[in-house]
Amino acid sequence: MRYVAAKTAKEAAGLLAAEPGVTRVLAGGTDVLVQLKSGMVEPDLIVDIKTIPGLGEITAEDGGFRIGAAVANAVLGEHAGVVALWPGVVEGANLIGSTQVQGRCTMAGNLCNGSPAGDAVPGLVAANAVARIAGPEGTRDCPVAEIPAGPGKTTLKKGEIITSIYLPARPERASDAYLRFIPRTEMDIAVASAAVSLELNADGTVKAARVALGAVAPTVVVADAAARILVGTTLDGDTLASFAKACEAVCNPIDDKRGTIAFRTRTAGTLAKRAALIAHARAGGSK
Amino acid sequence: MSLDEYTRREFKQVGTRVRRPDGVDKVTGRAMYGADATAPGMLTGRILRSPHAHARIRSIATSAAEALPGVKAVITSADLSVPEDEFIRDVQDNCMARGKALYDGHAVAAVAATDAATARAALKLIKVDYEPLPHVTDVDVAIRPGAPVVQEGRALENVPAGMSANVTSHSEFGHGTPAEGFARADKIIERSFRTAATHQGYIEPHACLASYAADGKADLWCCTQGQFFVRTLCSAIMGMEASQLRVTASEIGGGFGGKTTVFIEPVALALSRKAGRPVKIVMTRDEVFRATGPTVSTSMDIKIGMTSDGRITAGEAHLRYSGGAFPCGTVDMGGQAAFAAYDLEHVRTFGWNVLTNRPKEAAYRAPGAPQAIYAVESVIDELCQHFGLDPIDVRLKNAAKKGTKSSYGPTFPDIGLVATLEAAKKHPHYSAPLKDGQGRGISCGFWFNFGGNSCVSLNVNTDGTIGVTEGNPDIGGSRASISLMAAEELGIPYDRVRTIVADTSSLGYNDVTDGSRVTFAVGLATIKAARAAIRLMCERAAKIWGIDAEAVEWKDGAAVPAGPNAGKFPPMSLAEIAAVSFETGGPIAGHHEVNVDGAGVSFGVHIVDVEVDKETGATKVLRYTVFQDAGKAVHPSYVEGQMQGGAVQGIGWALNEEYIYGADGRLQNPGFLDYRVPVASDLPMIDTVILEIPNPGHPYGVRGVGETGIVPPLAALSNAVSRSAGIRLCELPMSPPRVLKALTGAG
Ligand SMILES: Cc1cc2nc3c(=O)[nH]c(=O)nc-3n(C[C@H](O)[C@H](O)[C@H](O)COP(=O)(O)OP(=O)(O)OC[C@H]3O[C@@H](n4cnc5c(N)ncnc54)[C@H](O)[C@@H]3O)c2cc1C
Repeated sequence: MRYVAAKTAKEAAGLLAAEPGVTRVLAGGTDVLVQLKSGMVEPDLIVDIKTIPGLGEITAEDGGFRIGAAVANAVLGEHAGVVALWPGVVEGANLIGSTQVQGRCTMAGNLCNGSPAGDAVPGLVAANAVARIAGPEGTRDCPVAEIPAGPGKTTLKKGEIITSIYLPARPERASDAYLRFIPRTEMDIAVASAAVSLELNADGTVKAARVALGAVAPTVVVADAAARILVGTTLDGDTLASFAKACEAVCNPIDDKRGTIAFRTRTAGTLAKRAALIAHARAGGSK
Repeated sequence: MSLDEYTRREFKQVGTRVRRPDGVDKVTGRAMYGADATAPGMLTGRILRSPHAHARIRSIATSAAEALPGVKAVITSADLSVPEDEFIRDVQDNCMARGKALYDGHAVAAVAATDAATARAALKLIKVDYEPLPHVTDVDVAIRPGAPVVQEGRALENVPAGMSANVTSHSEFGHGTPAEGFARADKIIERSFRTAATHQGYIEPHACLASYAADGKADLWCCTQGQFFVRTLCSAIMGMEASQLRVTASEIGGGFGGKTTVFIEPVALALSRKAGRPVKIVMTRDEVFRATGPTVSTSMDIKIGMTSDGRITAGEAHLRYSGGAFPCGTVDMGGQAAFAAYDLEHVRTFGWNVLTNRPKEAAYRAPGAPQAIYAVESVIDELCQHFGLDPIDVRLKNAAKKGTKSSYGPTFPDIGLVATLEAAKKHPHYSAPLKDGQGRGISCGFWFNFGGNSCVSLNVNTDGTIGVTEGNPDIGGSRASISLMAAEELGIPYDRVRTIVADTSSLGYNDVTDGSRVTFAVGLATIKAARAAIRLMCERAAKIWGIDAEAVEWKDGAAVPAGPNAGKFPPMSLAEIAAVSFETGGPIAGHHEVNVDGAGVSFGVHIVDVEVDKETGATKVLRYTVFQDAGKAVHPSYVEGQMQGGAVQGIGWALNEEYIYGADGRLQNPGFLDYRVPVASDLPMIDTVILEIPNPGHPYGVRGVGETGIVPPLAALSNAVSRSAGIRLCELPMSPPRVLKALTGAG
């Protein structure tokens, strides 16, 4: 196994593209190292991206923020600007692991690990976040929603790495929220999760909504039909009930040791409903 | 039973919260745990485990592994002889499969190599030719005639004909004629319950270092609850004399009963014998879950009759326990404990042990009792709900007390159940108002407790300090308690006493640290060893004073003349006597050896408040109080720790912990991610109330406290959840999907 600390994104992409064997990018390593220790993967090449200048930075850009791929989630959680603009994204990222894990783990790593239960992903998808990707053929931008391809899989091509994730600007009276269900209160893996991002009209009614559900399908689910139910409402009881039903309708989970199909589906609806209420309150809605 | 040991006294040190002797070592990393042992030339041992739940082993080809550079030994069961003793044979076969792999994770071969990477590579070169066999992991399936048979020919004669060959034993306890009692009941409730197997979940994985010398003697360092029993098992398996195997127990990172047997120790010894070098084996967490002892999994039917004023007229229990792939007697303890809290005219329990393709059960705090008592206490609670009766009043009305003929035979001496229930009833927790949707549950719990073989040496050093040598690994604070009792008896400060845990060559046999026995039994031996030393010191003072030894007595840490007729001499302190001991006859020591009886049963009552989220099935534990009789709490902080720890493990068992098997018979969750022990943020502070009803079998009135605490939480939680959710739950764990399914019918 070779370990290389890359100096530039280009170098990292070149090394990864040239390696015929198994490769892994090392961001925080909180997935990679666990997988190495347990013998799940035996990579031939590990490329550390924390040594690439700029990847550890958060920069303001066009009213939004660009989050470097090596920014630890603990650092993200201490960034007042990001927390104010996208509290739901940050709360998802900050739910990962423990204090120790927070000091290392990244949103890009969470996304690229490809777990359907990744806690940072639904928030990013609901936020319409965009990943900047460096590869052997240069740089491209891609919506985060299009990166997951199934458990452990992404749409990134060989040699491609994410260098940053862009969280867009948003109007006044807008906010988001993320909730996950775990059997414990900490140190667990989402059995179902929901992120809701809302923009409100001056009267508190929903102007626009975007909803993403986690752990209820092979990849994060964008629940557009459900989100449309919220538009024009103030999230009254009936609206929320049909919203929850519509969320359940787009779930396609597995039955496993962590939860049954019925449980995951129902819980996704419940969480979406609760997250919508939180986002609404944060955005300055009446409730 | 020796029930005359206790005499009332005012304690000076016993009952205080002195500094723990192992604290600094543990927080600075100086403490030596199982994996910390090293030896020159040491090899790394690793074990190959069956991926099949049940498979015949046609052959094992080891030559490719043996040829790998760095590999120094490969062993299979062929390297071990076949012990005649059935019990030893089962222990050995569990450490290394012979003929068949009986569960996912069962060891089939092992290697010793110069480093871990080589050992891992060598495991991949071992070719095992398996013939997979049909498997069974569910106790209710395994008991049916026609189920796949885990082991043939293991049934005892008391198993009725016509049952599956997986049923290995049957037991029956009780008295009276339940049918008569049921006829007098105003209401009879019959329910079936199931509980999942849970693991002790100790934080330290099993680890050992074995060094077998060319001349046939050996040393073994390991993490265990009982070095003497390890010696018994390993010397039998290795065909060695006890004197030739020295076993040293490391500091221990939890055991809870799970480290009362061996899993890797004989393997390390056999590898060391073959390689001619020391071999260390450290289990991974995955191995701990797959191949060390969880509890039994159970299926139980309970029938209880009650009059409308809350008198229990009869109780009956049918218990089906599975201790995994080997015969197991835990169901007998479940049958004995099930109704122990009640004074009943008609009571009967029937137990069956059933083989399944699961790892061999190991003890876990009060083995067998939490499950049966969970089922009984659930039905009692439902009867209380039916009649609208207060659950503590009903228990008081039926409580076992001094003179009660227990449901398992003996007549109880002084026991603390009524006092414990009364304390619970008048505690503010019991009358605190509940909010809408919250539920309060209570349960009694019981454990027998144990005494056993104990051997203590107490050395009086010339500087006036004391060294106590005992033989039981300290898993709950026993060194502090033993030092406290020695200090109390000798009348010197606690700081002057240091207690150490000796290896098997340094002391006579001590039973395992189990059965909540150590503070009780080793404490008793320590007090008597101190008394022996005191007798010697009185003799030495008498010699110096030139009076009769009988004319000297021990008071406040010094020899004094007994009464005015003995003569007028100033008191001679322990330090003064010790300082001149070389001139008065030589070193001074006291020792005591005994097989202690009179452990004194222990009762506890737990109260818990919960709130079930009706939309997700998640249970939040809001408030929890433990009431338990400790006889005498020698070191109250440790006693509280035992009570809190038992409650927390029970909460985990009740809410989330379970062994989950797939259709392929493989364990689905061999890790702490999906085997969910509670984390700190899941819990409220566990409040404790220690009761002290002296145990007549101990000089200071001590009772064991280590096990009872895990018994009540299962039913207390289930009763609270059932009241909060408004439906009766009859299966553990009450994981959110299971509760939501019960609430909504969907699932
Ligand atoms: C104790 C513990 C608790 C955890 N709890 C949670 C939890 O609650 N919720 C949760 O979702 N996860 C949890 N995790 C998993 C893990 O911490 C997260 O997935 C984390 O976000 C991964 O980030 P990382 O930077 O450490 O990724 P790494 O381990 O460095 O990498 C993860 C994967 O992504 C790839 N990768 C990383 N960065 C890039 C990049 N820039 N471009 C392309 N590929 C890349 C790597 O090749 C690898 O396959 C936990 C892990 C541990 C050890």
